[in-house]
Amino acid sequence: MDLLPGLDLRCNRLPAPLPQWHGQVDAPSWQTAARAVRERGGRLVSLWGSPEAVHGAYRLPEGLLWLTLPLDPAARCCPDLSPVFPAAARMQRAMTDLQDIGITGATDSRPWIDHGTWAGHSPAGEYPFVRVTGDGVHEIPVGPVHAGIIEPGHFRFSVVGEKILRLETRLGYTHKGIARRFRELPPLEAHRLAGRVSGDSTVAYAWAYCMALESAASCTVPQRAQWLRALLLERERIANHLGDLGALGNDAGFAFGLAQFSRLRENLLRLSQQLFEHRLLMDGVVPGGVAHDLAMEGQDALLAQCTMLSGEVAELQEIYEGHAGLQDRFIGTGRVPPPLAARLGLTGLAGRASGMANDLRCDVACPPYDRLTVRIATHRNGDVAARVAVRFDEIFESLRLTRTLLDTLPSGPHRVPVPMPEQPALGAGSVEGWRGEVFVALALAPQEGQAVLRDCHCHDPSWHNWPVLEHAVMGNIVPDFPLINKSFNLSYSGHDL
Amino acid sequence: MWRIFNKVIRTGILTEPAPAPEATWMQPEVRAIRQELLHILGRSLAIRAVDAGSCNGCELEIHATHNPYYNLEKWGFQFVASPRHADLLLVTGPVSRNMETALQLTYDAMPAPRRVVALGECACTGGIFGESYASCGPVSRVIPVDVQVPGCPPAPLEILRGIFTAVQYSQGK
Repeated sequence: MDLLPGLDLRCNRLPAPLPQWHGQVDAPSWQTAARAVRERGGRLVSLWGSPEAVHGAYRLPEGLLWLTLPLDPAARCCPDLSPVFPAAARMQRAMTDLQDIGITGATDSRPWIDHGTWAGHSPAGEYPFVRVTGDGVHEIPVGPVHAGIIEPGHFRFSVVGEKILRLETRLGYTHKGIARRFRELPPLEAHRLAGRVSGDSTVAYAWAYCMALESAASCTVPQRAQWLRALLLERERIANHLGDLGALGNDAGFAFGLAQFSRLRENLLRLSQQLFEHRLLMDGVVPGGVAHDLAMEGQDALLAQCTMLSGEVAELQEIYEGHAGLQDRFIGTGRVPPPLAARLGLTGLAGRASGMANDLRCDVACPPYDRLTVRIATHRNGDVAARVAVRFDEIFESLRLTRTLLDTLPSGPHRVPVPMPEQPALGAGSVEGWRGEVFVALALAPQEGQAVLRDCHCHDPSWHNWPVLEHAVMGNIVPDFPLINKSFNLSYSGHDL
Repeated sequence: MWRIFNKVIRTGILTEPAPAPEATWMQPEVRAIRQELLHILGRSLAIRAVDAGSCNGCELEIHATHNPYYNLEKWGFQFVASPRHADLLLVTGPVSRNMETALQLTYDAMPAPRRVVALGECACTGGIFGESYASCGPVSRVIPVDVQVPGCPPAPLEILRGIFTAVQYSQGK
């Protein structure tokens, strides 16, 4: 298929429930391909390195395009893509840190994930933050250990009085070598690791990993399993949105919101524990299907919970919208206007609040989403209020999807064995998690008669949105930072790997 | 405003009873802690949470201990912003090498007597991430640990139980 006209690109379609292709390019066409994707309205999904190659995944209207650029062992380097896709910059810095791949033409070559603490790596000196100078400018360093119960990362604010002139984030603190750990695990057990890349998106990661593995194994999961996976994914979305809506109220001084939403979230988690044996639904999605089937009584309990949540959330939405003090904090705070969002490649939930109408569940829907006609939630204001509004809309939509999934739940097995391929095979999986598109790419190879994971890459949408957060806070006051940060609620662990 | 009051009254008080401490989670040497700790801690406890490299699952459940069902602050437990105000350090995750120094500095900044609770499978054993070029493994590799709370992640009730265990045994009960 000719996905990028004008380029001599031969692509193989990978077997998967979603349309996805894999192709190989040479160094001169690495940038040309990226430009062609951008011209066609495509997006960069992920960039990563493996021992012998550099990989790029792009989202095109037709589906996912995974391009591989084999590395010249003598000069391990590839051309810079950040002029085409700004989000590429940090992914490339991570490639240099983790795979020792040089980026020709890169303007920012500071280490990113490598803090100089790994054996064999030279100790890093002071990280060269970009300095803002001028009358009355001072810096506020925050982290990696934060005042609240959140993940570690460093924020460097340059401020004048209360106004933020510039924010620079430094991440990588939670890097624990997940890519290497994958290679040590049997492919049929590594979904547990995928489910712990970012705990709040465990269903999305486990599903994306299983989709990639099943794609490499050319295995189709039974319909009932597809429906149950979607059910788990929607419950994960609702749980996270409930948690965020409560926390956003609290960050604006409205403790009532936190008490109410955290109560609803707890109700949801308790039913998940009862039906799927895990409050956060970890290890619920397994290769070949799902771990737990759903009995009739369970379906009734889920439906009853949907009815309860619809009423309660609608009531709380009215209270949020009618609360002048809360709206005063939300409206106009942390704005990312749609043109900026488009230029920087803002993605997922935050993207939808800034007019980027992308949702995998609608765009290239895999079963069962192709039957559900998901209504995408979008907003154009791009402020905290818009990100709150999108969360409310998505909760209602996920509740509707849950009801439809339960009403149309097919009978049959909930899990089938996944036969491992005897030949080397590639697989990829994409899932619209609550935060955005979660992507997993893997390569299987036979070793001593058994398939092993030669390479497995997990990508979090936070990679795209962290740099945009730095733009969102410019011109805002320091006390609004927690609110803006929470409205994005990005993953550190999913980013650092 | 009446809608908010109305909702608060209709929701009522949901807080459930506290769990009993769990003796098997104690590291043996802590049983020998002196009685006067009781007087020092009194009935309030300041907790400093540090994510030393977790997947954020444990953090979600620590947050849940604040919800109306568990209502952690009712017991006089409070999460504080500085280790200098803290009696107890709650650590999650395998300790990533990039967080090793930050964790050590946080521990050093705490006034004595101090307690450390390793929360979750990764903090107790290194969990699925284990030990590698980028991960030091369990928290006990970096700082002394008093109580280990297993679970991936531990449920809020288990987190409360872990904190109670640290306090009660510190008090020599």
